[in-house]
Amino acid sequence: MQLNFNNPQPIYLQMVDETKRALVRGEIAPGDKIPSLKERAQMSNINPNTVQRAYQEMEREGLTETLRGQGTFIKNDPELLLHLRSEMAHIAVKHFIEEMHGLGIEAAEIERILRDQLSKEKKEG
Amino acid sequence: MDMEASGNIVELSGIHKRYILKHALTGIDLEIKKGRIVGLLGPNGSGKSTLLKILAGLIHPTSGTVRIDGRAPDANRKKQIAYLPEIDHLYGWMTVDETLRFIAGFYDDWQADKADELLATMNLDGRQKVRNLSKGLRARLKLIVALSRSVPLVLLDEPFSGIDPSSRAKIIRSIVSEFRTGEQTIILSTHSVSESEPMFDDVMFLQQGSVRLFDSADNLRSDYGCSLENIWEKVYA
Repeated sequence: MQLNFNNPQPIYLQMVDETKRALVRGEIAPGDKIPSLKERAQMSNINPNTVQRAYQEMEREGLTETLRGQGTFIKNDPELLLHLRSEMAHIAVKHFIEEMHGLGIEAAEIERILRDQLSKEKKEG
Repeated sequence: MDMEASGNIVELSGIHKRYILKHALTGIDLEIKKGRIVGLLGPNGSGKSTLLKILAGLIHPTSGTVRIDGRAPDANRKKQIAYLPEIDHLYGWMTVDETLRFIAGFYDDWQADKADELLATMNLDGRQKVRNLSKGLRARLKLIVALSRSVPLVLLDEPFSGIDPSSRAKIIRSIVSEFRTGEQTIILSTHSVSESEPMFDDVMFLQQGSVRLFDSADNLRSDYGCSLENIWEKVYA
């Protein structure tokens, strides 16, 4: 897992995002058990309080559920993946557009550049 | 004020420490919340060891007041605190096992099973003489001594100094996995910022005997827009 301590985003939110990305990429699936707090802290040498905060956030966002005595699981909800996928796609596109605006490139040109690049990549396949 | 209810394990106000020729601490006011892992950072001579020794009750401040878990220092305080000194305080002629048995005798809160467990995870051979241990292995043993006690406050003075990276990684892993969330507070001084960064809740930067910065690691990173290691560069530039 890539945590970036130079990123101003708090570490616990980076951990939540990493779990979302792993889900969207299919590395973990809905219904999967995820490591316990203690295991997670130990795997990455991350402060247990930070891990706990990440787990609380995932539960709050409806990403995970904790079953008493059994551990923490990715919520077994078929909607979850679709929802996450579109959420993360929107975030990525927003970043892209911000970046382009930052370069002074406006909507019509963004569309054109994007279309050109996509067809180029398709050909190169 | 009821200190117990305030949730602070450490409360210092107006702490000065003067040695004969040197002002080691110049007015420290500090509250450390329970249940945190706190990094104590600063260059040599900034007062880290002096501060930890005052908390451990080994030296007394020239002026100012110390409260540990809401109480003034007394002989009982040592029962609540495990302290890992920077110096080599273990006897070379003892074996590792003898060392642990010897130290166990001093503390009612000693957890022999925990010590055995740590011995195994840190790859230490109990039959070896302390004198024959490498610096890295001796550092691991010192850490076992500190972490085998069941106490609310653990003070670690430079647990990584002069230690090879694999020992460092092992030590950090043990600190993280032995940390009892909610019950324990760890205050740890170090120069190895990049390796220890992931384990800190709060971080204090000391400079010439006073607190330059003290906040949660997340807040510091977001205020400065960079890692603690890079903040260090900015603070001590």
